[in-house]
Amino acid sequence: MRIGVITFPGSLDDVDAARAVRLAGAEPVSLWHGDHDLKDVDAVVLPGGFSYGDYLRAGAIAARSPLMQDVVAAAHGGLPVLGICNGFQVLCEAGLLPGALTRNSHLHFRNRDQGLLVERADTAWTTAFQQGQRIVVPVKNGEGRYVAADADLDRLEGEGRVVVRYVDGNPNGSSRDIAGVTSADGRVVGLMPHPEHAVEDLTGPSTDGLGFFTSVLTAMVAA
Amino acid sequence: MSATEGLSELDTAPGRTNRLDTVALATRHPDDAQPYAELGLKDDEYTRIREILGRRPTTAELAMYSVMWSEHCSYKSSKVHLRRFADLPKSDALLVGMGENAGVVDVGEGYAVTFKVESHNHPSYVEPYQGAATGVGGIVRDILTMGARPIAVMDSLRFGRADAPDTARVLPGVVAGVGGYGNCLGLPNIGGELLFDDCYAGNPLVNALCVGVLRHEELQLAKAEGTGNKVVLFGARTGGDGIGGVSVLASETFDAEGPAKRPAVQVGDPFTEKLLIEACLEIFAAGLVTGIQDLGGAGISCATSELAAAGSGGMAIDLDAVPLRDSTLTPAEILMSESQERMCAVVEPGKVDEFLAVCAKWDVLATVIGEVTDGDRLTIDWHGERIVDVPPRTVALEGPRYERPMARPADLDALQADVPPSSSADLRADWLAIVSSPDGADKSWVTEQYDRYVRGNTVLAQPEDAGVLRIDESSNLGIALSLDGNARYARLDPYTGAQLNLAEAYRNVAVSGAKPLAVTNCLNFGSPENPEVMWQFTEAVRGLADGCRELGLPVTGGNVSLYNQTGDVAINPTPVIGVLGVHADVTRRVPTGWRTAGEAVLLLGETRPEFGGSAWAAVVHGHLGGLPPRLDLPAERALGEVLTALAADGLVSSAHDLADGGLAQALTESALRYGTGARLAVPGDPTAALFGESVARVVVTTADPAAVRAAAEAAGVPVTELGTTGGDALVLDGLLELPLAELRAAWTATLPALFGSPEVAVGTVPAGTVPTS
Repeated sequence: MRIGVITFPGSLDDVDAARAVRLAGAEPVSLWHGDHDLKDVDAVVLPGGFSYGDYLRAGAIAARSPLMQDVVAAAHGGLPVLGICNGFQVLCEAGLLPGALTRNSHLHFRNRDQGLLVERADTAWTTAFQQGQRIVVPVKNGEGRYVAADADLDRLEGEGRVVVRYVDGNPNGSSRDIAGVTSADGRVVGLMPHPEHAVEDLTGPSTDGLGFFTSVLTAMVAA
Repeated sequence: MSATEGLSELDTAPGRTNRLDTVALATRHPDDAQPYAELGLKDDEYTRIREILGRRPTTAELAMYSVMWSEHCSYKSSKVHLRRFADLPKSDALLVGMGENAGVVDVGEGYAVTFKVESHNHPSYVEPYQGAATGVGGIVRDILTMGARPIAVMDSLRFGRADAPDTARVLPGVVAGVGGYGNCLGLPNIGGELLFDDCYAGNPLVNALCVGVLRHEELQLAKAEGTGNKVVLFGARTGGDGIGGVSVLASETFDAEGPAKRPAVQVGDPFTEKLLIEACLEIFAAGLVTGIQDLGGAGISCATSELAAAGSGGMAIDLDAVPLRDSTLTPAEILMSESQERMCAVVEPGKVDEFLAVCAKWDVLATVIGEVTDGDRLTIDWHGERIVDVPPRTVALEGPRYERPMARPADLDALQADVPPSSSADLRADWLAIVSSPDGADKSWVTEQYDRYVRGNTVLAQPEDAGVLRIDESSNLGIALSLDGNARYARLDPYTGAQLNLAEAYRNVAVSGAKPLAVTNCLNFGSPENPEVMWQFTEAVRGLADGCRELGLPVTGGNVSLYNQTGDVAINPTPVIGVLGVHADVTRRVPTGWRTAGEAVLLLGETRPEFGGSAWAAVVHGHLGGLPPRLDLPAERALGEVLTALAADGLVSSAHDLADGGLAQALTESALRYGTGARLAVPGDPTAALFGESVARVVVTTADPAAVRAAAEAAGVPVTELGTTGGDALVLDGLLELPLAELRAAWTATLPALFGSPEVAVGTVPAGTVPTS
């Protein structure tokens, strides 16, 4: 199993995402934003960071990079894509996921160990979890407040597209405590918290994050 | 006239409007008056420049000398004293010592670690966000320049009284700047300090540490060798920011009134620096440079003169080639600009294309601006005319040296005679006062603004005693770092105070289970022109050197920050000491918090009634006087060795050093970390036991107290059994009982109350609105 990790200028958690892929038992493959080459990977991770320094809007410039055109096309064909933090912002800017991420309501960057409720355990990235399971993974962002029009939020909730929701405190003012959402087909998932930082007892608050990376292996076998 | 106003005339020859000042002109008109005093040069320094050149300097040369001979760049007041560090016994672990951009230490398995702490105090007062941000950026480039990948940062911060109005201006900006820059570079912030004292009201301290890792063979040095090799400037364009930063800002005392100095503060762009880091590491890996230097204080003046001075030849620079952000900049401004995110490399001609290709891949602008020559001159041309022709060593290495007069502070005898109270009237109230004081309170308001997870190797981070990083995923080799700088102790006795800070950092590293290996420092003091400050400085240097000798640790480098005062009032002497330790196996690291009920709580070390400079005296009595706690480095060393051995054997499940606030502060932090209380009994005088600050003490918890006792006593470390973990309160038999909920409320409320609560109610914030609090 080969899982691509994209590096944009300003990507920071690409090494962490690659480690998480490796610990999950897959082969991490480095992908470069400027290439039109997905290197035949079976899934793609867009890591956290500050692509293009968050200039213009977080994720806006990266979403228009050459490789993202290939990612968007492949995603429409069912390629599993996970966007973490800045990666989530890129996916929203690229139109693969609904809504937008804006400045935290308290205006500070916030890094803490965050409780999450898994509401969808049947997407390509969450089958390792039980629906209703509570997990803890780090959250760290300055522009992580998920927003969308009320009608869109109602529709997302109605379609069951909220994947993870903040519990025990909302770290950034996200609408309806939404921490992550999925595409209609459940193959593309974006979330602000960082599962790649919760993959080892030595360095993370838990190993709950590993489930996102092992899930996609199962999804690929099933596909 | 301010210095920056003086500069507006700089490239015009003195007395001749609209005429570029050149070497030829300076030779023809040797007696023209020049504004050297406005640029911070003294009469005798200017005279020496004229002697070196055999003529008056051109205005561009004057600009270069003025920044390079500033206190910040030349260490002219401190250098004669810093020799004490170089005179320490040679350490096998030290691969590169003082004098380079940062010291490099062998940590085993072919890895080396480079670390350094640097101040950015004055810029952070003038413009808190940018001042602090560029402080981080500057120290990161120093580490990168050694050939290392930067892997973490730390910050040691001091502000005026926490409830002073100006602290509310400065602190949030500084914290946001440290976080904004470090977070965007992808460097975890693994620890530091945040302390408050009136003496920093007009002069906060922002000391930033960076640590990097490299393989031994990857070491890079800052020198220009090889005639015909190209000099490449890469990174950001040069702009008008930070002109005269080192001379105007860092090397002068703030006046109570006076012109705003904001134009002398640099503006940072961490995104560009992140690209610069990745480009540099790729360039190093491909072996494309023979020498490299970062551009920090004094910009191109510093980088070119230092590279040339460290090499064997000269250097010729075409200043017209420098890419500019502002085309109206004059040559002197270009030479002095401290625009951030720039590096300067020496590259063999045959490798230039490959070098430029790597830069292009990372969208980093790179330009050949000159070459290494076989002479011994640094020449700089502008519009076809020679505007600089100097021996580079005289700019970079042979600046002034001062043996400044010293005098023991006149008030010191009275201060040391003014012994603090020694008995608490209300132990419980005093305990709560200490842990809820701004110095003792929970620092999450700050540390949550820092990324501590990025790169995935952070094993321990704040609020732990030391930051611990994994270096190698297969062997679990790691390092530990702590920064400590108690200024109250140093005020009472700078010689002992510097050693106490060293001892605390040493202990903090040992508490995590690491073996201490090397020392860095950032020495923050007032004006060296004040003999009493100079005495404090030399005493602290002497103390640190003696302490390092006793503990067998090398000083790998450091930073001196002088002129930290407002008007005539200097800050308390603040020697911030950093200790690096090595973990053979980071999985054996020891955290500070209690997780498990039913474990024995042991106090290692001896408690005496020592309150001089203590948090208790300061918080409860508003008192600073007497002598600091008695230093005992042999006891520190014995304790450190016991802690390292206990960690390796897995015999302790937590360990926490006792420092400011004594046992009360340590117990509070260990209990609240994971919400585990304890039932304890403290022997002896309760005030001394709870609030005294005797050093060489650590609280540990263990499931095997007999083994811990045996190991400690074998090393001559006294052991006191205090009690057992468990429950939801700290109960001190016969003295007091503190429910953890009450303790937590007191400990956590302080900083949010002072600087604004970042909390938001769950799910109640509608889209499109931004609350104001």
